[in-house]
Amino acid sequence: MSLAQKPKVPGAAARAPWTDPDAKPFIRIRNVTKKFGDFVAVNDVSLDIYRSELFCLLGGSGSGKSTLLRMLAGFEQPTSGAIEIEGQDMAGAPPYDRPVNMMFQSYALFPHMTVAENVAYGLKQDGVARAERDERVAEMLRMVKLEPYGKRKPHQLSGGQRQRVALARALAKRPKLLLLDEPLGALDKKLREETQFELVGIQEKLGTTFMVVTHDQEEAMTLATRIGVMNQGQITQVGEPREIYEYPRSRFVANFIGDVNMFEGRILVDGVDHAVIASEEAGAQIRIGYAVPGREGDPIAVAVRPEKITMGRQPPAEAENVLSGVVEDISYLGGVSHYRIKLASGKRVRITQTNRDRHEDPITWEESVFLSWETPSGVALSS
Amino acid sequence: MSAGDLTGPGAGAAALDPWVQRLAPTLHRLGVSKGAETRGGISLIGLSLAWLVFAVMLFSNKGVGFGTIIYALFGLGLALWMLRVLTDGRRFVIALPMIWLLLFFLAPFLVVFKVSVAEQLIAQPPYSPLFTWAEGKLQITAHLENYQFLLEDRFYIDAYWTSIKIAAISTFLCLLVAYPMAYAIARSSPAWRNTLLMLVILPFWTSFLLRVYAWIGILSNNGVINNFLMWLGVIDQPIVMMQTNFAVYVGIVYSYLPLMILPLYTTLEKLDGTLLEASADLGAGPIRSFLSITLPLSLPGILAGCLLVFIPAVGEYVIPALLGPSDTLMIGRVLWDEFFTGRAWPIASAVAIAMLLFLVAPIMLFRNAQGQTEEGR
Repeated sequence: MSLAQKPKVPGAAARAPWTDPDAKPFIRIRNVTKKFGDFVAVNDVSLDIYRSELFCLLGGSGSGKSTLLRMLAGFEQPTSGAIEIEGQDMAGAPPYDRPVNMMFQSYALFPHMTVAENVAYGLKQDGVARAERDERVAEMLRMVKLEPYGKRKPHQLSGGQRQRVALARALAKRPKLLLLDEPLGALDKKLREETQFELVGIQEKLGTTFMVVTHDQEEAMTLATRIGVMNQGQITQVGEPREIYEYPRSRFVANFIGDVNMFEGRILVDGVDHAVIASEEAGAQIRIGYAVPGREGDPIAVAVRPEKITMGRQPPAEAENVLSGVVEDISYLGGVSHYRIKLASGKRVRITQTNRDRHEDPITWEESVFLSWETPSGVALSS
Repeated sequence: MSAGDLTGPGAGAAALDPWVQRLAPTLHRLGVSKGAETRGGISLIGLSLAWLVFAVMLFSNKGVGFGTIIYALFGLGLALWMLRVLTDGRRFVIALPMIWLLLFFLAPFLVVFKVSVAEQLIAQPPYSPLFTWAEGKLQITAHLENYQFLLEDRFYIDAYWTSIKIAAISTFLCLLVAYPMAYAIARSSPAWRNTLLMLVILPFWTSFLLRVYAWIGILSNNGVINNFLMWLGVIDQPIVMMQTNFAVYVGIVYSYLPLMILPLYTTLEKLDGTLLEASADLGAGPIRSFLSITLPLSLPGILAGCLLVFIPAVGEYVIPALLGPSDTLMIGRVLWDEFFTGRAWPIASAVAIAMLLFLVAPIMLFRNAQGQTEEGR
């Protein structure tokens, strides 16, 4: 699923810097808070980002992800806390004095300059000699496949081309860190998918550290080596895309990333390597494959992804993680079908099944069915 | 438009065809003709011509000249054209502003032009008619010696030169003062913005003449500034500011400042703030960002403001007359003297027309060039 996390060398993922306690982070964000008047946009965020990562900040609007990005770029100064880039404290450094470049959501291309002049702008500010500048601009335009467009003005380009100019301009100075604010937000769906691959390709080729802000969870899953999920100014979870999806640590993350069935209940048994949760909503006992935080009797929720639930007419052999209900709705989408099952408690459960087999006798509306899932599929969420 | 449209009242329009094509870009921008609607443009020019002649007839010495017959013919043409235009809804919409322009700009212009090619007479009116009718011959008598005189007499060239110099310097000073003000207004909070704009426009609500007079009280030897400086003990003798070019600059800059601030404000206010962020992000400090982003992007506002100040400043009469040295030869002053003191209407008209052509031609060229770059966008 994730493009970027796919290791180029077998076993590379095992040596990922964030799993290595000795690795030195490239960017350290320590207890950063940003207040606008009384409004707390970013609330005590600490985050380590490693060299050559493609880190995605994922969150809804107003979650503080853009503010955090703007603080890295230097457009905003933290109210408290510190930002270090390669061990250097960035406090008080203006945007033009940072080894950081940004690709703006609106692209912010200079309308009175040609594509080549736009790309050359940063180099010009650094006093790069003309010959080298021209060479670097040509190289950048080649990279984003816009070589023939150097003499055009931004308004003569399509949306996708403008996006690539913005990328080339931001990368021309070879920044240590590239910030991308909703880089694909303005593109249509098909172009977005193509561009995702290109972006990851460029990042892998250059090895630049990328930090992407997005509200699109699919985009984050596709691009990122790691995702930081933000909510109300705080980072609720940081992890590889797979980790975030499979082991969400809070109700918010579970709901924000993908579809999920949430069963509210109480801890019945809290063992060493397992737990049992009694859920009235589910009308059954749910077994979790690990010890959960909290004491017996504490409220807790169990999250199960729709595609992890199996459905049948006959009750399965196991006694735990078995629910029963009636098929209320089916939507056939070709590759997959979505089912909505109504449990005795009135709770609706969503199930996704791949349409691999051609059933002679498919399960249909109003049928009574049994639902079950393997113990490792359930995730207990206390927060 | 069929061939029939070119006959009759609009016959003159056929001869104007090359003109139409030359004027097409300008007309296009004025909203007169669009693309294939050159035909509409031609008919409008026909209308304009007819109307102009009609207007000249109205404004000229009534009933004396034999040209009245010609005027009447064209007046009839006008009436027919009006009928055509007014029965076509789309053209009607265009025609209204056109008629306005013709009535209040082109018609007076043509009257002045007619007078400028006349000969000075001691009569009522004090110039010779353009059309004369005698013994079955229609004669158009255009005297070009007025223009020749303008070129020959150093006096006029000096006056033009002084006017342009003073106007150019004032425009530049105006720009220097107005730019930071417009920038500050554009950058202020929306609540403040309206108040500040109001303050800029507020002086327009009192009489221009009174405001210029007020400067006498400020600048004169016994005025506010000198009294204050003498009270402070900085100077013993009053600094002479009245009746100097300095006072003229002060007066012009003060009077025309809003005309510079407003167009600058509109372009600066539209400026996308993220462009400046992008510039800073790419390593440009505030001054570099200003020079390479803000300034070029506000160029349309600068040009508009400069034109708005420069053009009226060239013909300014009141300010140099009240504040300037008595020997300042500005074209406005020359015009006044010729018209009212010398009663030399033809030469005064020639002065005005020459000035107009001198000012309008570069502006038209500039507008054309600008229009073409805009079409490229």
